[in-house]
Amino acid sequence: MAKVSFDVNGETHQFELDTRTTLLDALREHLHLTGTKKGCDHGQCGACTVIVDGRRINSCLTLAVMHQGDEITTIEGLGTPDALHPLQAAFVEHDGYQCGYCTPGQICSAVAVLAEVKAGIPSHVTTDLNAPVRLTNAELRERMSGNICRCGAYSNIAEAISAVAGRSA
Amino acid sequence: MRFEHSATFNPIDQLKVIGHPTSRIEGPLKTTGTAPYAYERHDVVANQAYGYVVGAAIGKGRIAAIDLDAAKAAPGVLTIVTADSAGKLGKGARNAAPLLGGPEIAHYHQAVAVVVAGTFEQARAAAQLVRIDYVKGDGKFDLAAERDSVSIPDPTIGGPADTAVGDFASAFVAAPVQLDATYTTPDQGHAMMEPHASIAAWDGDKLTIWTSNQMIAWGAEDMAKTLGIPKENVRLVSPHIGGGFGGKLFLRADVLLAALGARAAGRPVKVALQRPLMFNNTTHRPATIQRIRIGAERDGRITAIGHESWSGNVSEGEPDMAVSQTRLLYAGANRMTATRLATLDLPEGNAMRAPGEASGMMALEIAIDELVDKLGIDPVALRIANDTQVDPEHPKRRFSQRQLVQCLNEGAARFGWSKRNAKPGQVRDGRWLVGMGVAAAFRNNLVTKSAARVRLDQQGRVTVETDMTDIGTGSYTIIAQTAAEMMGVPLEKVGVRLGDSDFPVSCGSGGQWGGNNSTAGVYAACTKLRETIAQKLGFNSEEAVFADGAVRSGNRSVPLAHAAGAGDLVAEDAIEYGDLAKTYQQSTFGAHFVEVGVDADTAEIRVRRMLAVCAAGRILNPKAARSQVIGAMTMGVGAALMEDLVVDKRHGLFVNHDLAGYEVPVHADIPHQDMIFLDETDPISSPMKAKGVAELGICGVAAAVANAVHNATGVRVREYPITLDKLLEWLDVD
Repeated sequence: MAKVSFDVNGETHQFELDTRTTLLDALREHLHLTGTKKGCDHGQCGACTVIVDGRRINSCLTLAVMHQGDEITTIEGLGTPDALHPLQAAFVEHDGYQCGYCTPGQICSAVAVLAEVKAGIPSHVTTDLNAPVRLTNAELRERMSGNICRCGAYSNIAEAISAVAGRSA
Repeated sequence: MRFEHSATFNPIDQLKVIGHPTSRIEGPLKTTGTAPYAYERHDVVANQAYGYVVGAAIGKGRIAAIDLDAAKAAPGVLTIVTADSAGKLGKGARNAAPLLGGPEIAHYHQAVAVVVAGTFEQARAAAQLVRIDYVKGDGKFDLAAERDSVSIPDPTIGGPADTAVGDFASAFVAAPVQLDATYTTPDQGHAMMEPHASIAAWDGDKLTIWTSNQMIAWGAEDMAKTLGIPKENVRLVSPHIGGGFGGKLFLRADVLLAALGARAAGRPVKVALQRPLMFNNTTHRPATIQRIRIGAERDGRITAIGHESWSGNVSEGEPDMAVSQTRLLYAGANRMTATRLATLDLPEGNAMRAPGEASGMMALEIAIDELVDKLGIDPVALRIANDTQVDPEHPKRRFSQRQLVQCLNEGAARFGWSKRNAKPGQVRDGRWLVGMGVAAAFRNNLVTKSAARVRLDQQGRVTVETDMTDIGTGSYTIIAQTAAEMMGVPLEKVGVRLGDSDFPVSCGSGGQWGGNNSTAGVYAACTKLRETIAQKLGFNSEEAVFADGAVRSGNRSVPLAHAAGAGDLVAEDAIEYGDLAKTYQQSTFGAHFVEVGVDADTAEIRVRRMLAVCAAGRILNPKAARSQVIGAMTMGVGAALMEDLVVDKRHGLFVNHDLAGYEVPVHADIPHQDMIFLDETDPISSPMKAKGVAELGICGVAAAVANAVHNATGVRVREYPITLDKLLEWLDVD
């Protein structure tokens, strides 16, 4: 067991945890923030994506005790059913989901993708590393490819993200 | 309510709410992570312990000894259940292999133990300490090797093993143009995002399970049968399901092991199947070998069509009915199909999205494209030339609606099909070889009983309760739309409660029957509620008009809120069907158009454009229905290009049993997708005049991709998936 504390959605939480506890399970099983999903527990599906200190990570691939003092944003921190984040509203409007299980991860990823593009961070498909990064169809799809949607809502997810980014998919 | 005659005008035809592209009513919950899935129900019962599943490490054989000492002594362990300690277990009517194995092992990763501990970490660590000695048996794991030792499957499961009309053999031999080709489709996994998961809690001899299941009544019934307890003592609750695709149609090991673990631990237990266990532990779409023979006149008219399919399964398992669409899709006087089943010791094969047609169309629609090559006729025109408006086996039996030709024509116009170069390998876009492909889409429409209960309260709110499930299909929304239309209230005044075995038994979600049948059941219950309200108010129920939150008759109008009076008004009914499904053939149709680019050097295949045109009865919610189709198109791309559970034929397992090894399409694989529905209502199908769409969308997609690859490269691949290694040797690398 080990003590750790970190912020989740603006609130500081103190834990005494089994050191084997992943950040994902700390959120889901200890804080009961079950919006972050466990799809594979192996970093293969992206359903557990959260934003840690501004960067998106798979929360199943990191231990909770590694996050002392970190600021973590989960899907619950983005918006609520009565006050949706613009991306959450866009996913509803564009039907960017079906079963809903990958959705929180998709939305957290999308929030981070828009920030990455704004910050000029290149991706595997960025052709010109010296020019500002543009959110092309290829950039969007490449950057979102760590988030699997087996229902196959990709085309609608791309439209939802693009709508928020002010472009067409 | 009996539905025995073609539907006439009814309140649904007002289309004030039905037919509108309403956003999903549960959308704000799903997008904020507040829709609760099975494993997340911290709210329902206290003191939940964690179960971790141990799967068999052999494909066939038996357990010689299990040593649980070290695991039992591990920190936090509460109990371990194996077949030795589980007590006598039955088997659900819909399970072929037992869900808890031992001492006999039926397949790899069959559950053999559940380790229950106070935390997930403790249960997982202790599960690694379970020591099992196996005696390996000789298993059969290779479908191709068993092809000559197959059996003729029981016709009561899945349909007749053999069908014949006219004289196929003679007509095929006599045909001036003949095609005889064999295709293979691999084993495929559902790979839904939410693993199978359950929380079980006992209260005396009553068992409640919060789970993730498509068919609540089947699950409750089979759970009771497996445990040998009365059905009334089992309650299943499943309000949100993180994908199913057929993989959650049946009782699976998570449910049983949570119940057994909870009984042994004396406290609630939750179990999720670990992702790497799922592919071998649960069911999958079985691989097929399909031989298709088509004889045609030089003008393209088919005179003989034969389709044979071989698949394998565990004993008591069923064949994949890959031949089924070939009995209905194209005309031709002389026809045959044959379905053969090999007994294999691989994991259990069972339904996955469009079982039968999905595999069958993968083969048949390449075969049609190959016939095109022999005839020199356009692929769209050839399909149109062989259209039939009647069941080809029973020419007096008409299709209730059949707009295949319209789908093909509309799609060809919208896709720019006329720009396609019929000669393969001619179109270049930089390093990309570009090709277009087409395939028909076909899937039957199934009708089945479905019940619902509807309540009107003093606030004028309407609440629907049914054990129907929403697996991403939009059930919540279309059921709310149906009730709103029927009762004349706005959508916001309707509440929908689903997925609870305490509610009336619905059709459930499967076989693309959910949308039409579950809403028809709600229609029946609402009809009864309308009569109840009218009678209470002294209105003639035939004349009462339900609109704008009130019920009106002549010059009298009463707000619905007042109609309820002191207590709630409740009505329950089911839709039940007569023999219209026998009198008419009810099917859904479409056309898939695909453009691919194939890298001229590496043979990498990229899907560049996709269009589906579908005709599937009334579309209750075009937004949700379109999503079903584009999702199915995506899964079809997976089937075409990557999905392949690779069999280890020595040890009898699917090797690539996780989401890194079993590749499914990701964002980068899927372009913007176009999808349109043709205007159609089908009064033969139900009072809703709707049919299914969710499975139609996958049928034919893979073949359209395959045909596009052929058009791009000139290479004909008959073994799915079409991976670049199968193209590379044929391409001229420049």
